[in-house]
Amino acid sequence: MSTPLIEARKVTRILPGIVPTTLVRDVNLTIGTRDFVAITGPSGSGKSSLLYLLGLLDVPTEGEVLINGRATSQMHEEERALTRLSFLGFVFQFHFLLPEFTVRDNVMLPMRALGRLSPREMIERADALLASLGLGDHRLKRPDQLSGGQRQRVAVARALANEPPVILADEPTGSLDSKSSMQVFEVLHSLVEEHGKTVVAVTHDMGLAERMHRHVELLDGCILADQAHAGT
Amino acid sequence: MSLVFDIAWTHVRSRVRQTGFAIAGVATGVGFSIMMASLMQGSQDDFTRRLVNTLPNITVSDERRAPPQQPAEQLYTAAELHGLTPEARRPGIKNPLATMAALEAWLPGKIAPSVKVQAIIRYANHDLATSITGIDPNREALVSDLPKQMRGATLTALYRATNAIVVGDRLADKIGARIGANITLQTSVGTRLSAQVVGFFHSGVRQIDESAAYVLIKTGQILAQQTGLINELRVRLADPLASREIAARVESDTGYKSVSWQEANEDLISTFIIRNIIMYTVVGAILLVASFGTYNIISTITHEKARDIAIMKSLGLPEFTVRSIFVVEALMIGIAGALAGFAFGYVLCLGLGSIRITNPFIDSDRLPLVYEPLHYLLAGAVALVSSVIAGYQPARKAARQHPVEIIRGAT
Repeated sequence: MSTPLIEARKVTRILPGIVPTTLVRDVNLTIGTRDFVAITGPSGSGKSSLLYLLGLLDVPTEGEVLINGRATSQMHEEERALTRLSFLGFVFQFHFLLPEFTVRDNVMLPMRALGRLSPREMIERADALLASLGLGDHRLKRPDQLSGGQRQRVAVARALANEPPVILADEPTGSLDSKSSMQVFEVLHSLVEEHGKTVVAVTHDMGLAERMHRHVELLDGCILADQAHAGT
Repeated sequence: MSLVFDIAWTHVRSRVRQTGFAIAGVATGVGFSIMMASLMQGSQDDFTRRLVNTLPNITVSDERRAPPQQPAEQLYTAAELHGLTPEARRPGIKNPLATMAALEAWLPGKIAPSVKVQAIIRYANHDLATSITGIDPNREALVSDLPKQMRGATLTALYRATNAIVVGDRLADKIGARIGANITLQTSVGTRLSAQVVGFFHSGVRQIDESAAYVLIKTGQILAQQTGLINELRVRLADPLASREIAARVESDTGYKSVSWQEANEDLISTFIIRNIIMYTVVGAILLVASFGTYNIISTITHEKARDIAIMKSLGLPEFTVRSIFVVEALMIGIAGALAGFAFGYVLCLGLGSIRITNPFIDSDRLPLVYEPLHYLLAGAVALVSSVIAGYQPARKAARQHPVEIIRGAT
């Protein structure tokens, strides 16, 4: 078993309301280094909710999420934000790039927020990331000048900007055609294989899920199955 | 460029028309505030200047603030006495020259003696109550601007004729007197004197121009039927604003009622205070309305940028940074609006100042305006503060948004 980077212990998330809705119930999950995990399940099964809980975008109603062995429930919002900034990278179904900024500026955004690199280093790193994802020629373009697949790769580059050990992807290929989906999948795969990152991706695409190292299946907010694929 | 400033600038720049309207709103508020402050301050300063220049800064009269105690009251302090008639005193300031000399020893200004007499001017079937002041034309320039306010003659014309008189131009208009006219002066003590009009003056203060006249001290004493009478010392100070304090000291030194120009015009000065309160209320209201524009644009931007806010927060930008972005946007609008407002206000003042007016109640043919940097600073500061306050609320709301809700909604 690889070293746990993220650990969910009996995590439950209930949305308050006149009729409270349980999104995730009593989930135990451990994510280790170089894991390539697919989270699948039918719509409303709690896949994205679980991902947001693992990514500190949401707070569990019960249970605990640990990052690098550290409990996060007592963290102040600023500390949670800093953890997201430095330890986690997010890729969403929609690229969510800032439309007024260039591709390079979008990739530099997390670096600038963290403020650990000089402006020159940020530019060099952003350009290198974009080049590694085949977007070197597009760095000065705006997002609306790129195709869907290219935008999603820019989102991946942005997620990698601060060199986080974990990438959390919420249906990263959900809005792409099959060719672009495959390109994005290959990028995520190479992150694990070549760069030693951990990738947790929510997907509806069972074909892609089966090509990943581990497959967690959810139903009604509970883990139905958690299995490693052969050869991983 | 910092990240906050960079994003804020991009947002503001990408909404040119809306931002332009918000800036125009602030600029209008600032511009009109400056213009109003300039006009109000200008008219107040103008009026005050005329009061200070026309009237002596301090007038020492032969009256007492409180009637002097009677000998019986001094003797029987424990008893309450009724029906005592105040002691009849000879009018006038005792030893006026010695009093003047004593005051001149410490007083930072000039003093001139005068005789004040109430009389009725009779001319061409007109009877008008008039306040006649007997003056020394050579000393008058030391205590008032009367020599500069003369029309048609100089003040020395008072020496040209026996019982010469200088009257206010409005008074002359009322009775139809011209230079050389012989008018009759009738006092309450029964003196009847024929005087020749040798000149007019125009102080710019309607009340004075309609009811005041000047004669030589000697003529004044004849009218009062008292040789050697000096019943008023008129003082002009180097610093007119110190009049109140110095008047109090003069009164305590001499015992005579000593009235500063501020005290003499207390009702007007209190009117200025009310006027200023009205002015600041109106200016505040204008800037408040302008800040609604800023609130509107920041609210619109935060609403439109909800998805960007969500992604920034999900990437790890803290709430403070997100909030700062929109506060900085409001500040940018405020600064741009204030700067544009400065120019607009200046142009408005220039425009107002160039308008010719003919109003019988206003002496000048131009509106009195003051170009005071403080007005610009105050209007700018209020605009900035109101912009930041207007921007803070939507910024706070935006920064508190839960990114998950927006991300879910967007997908």
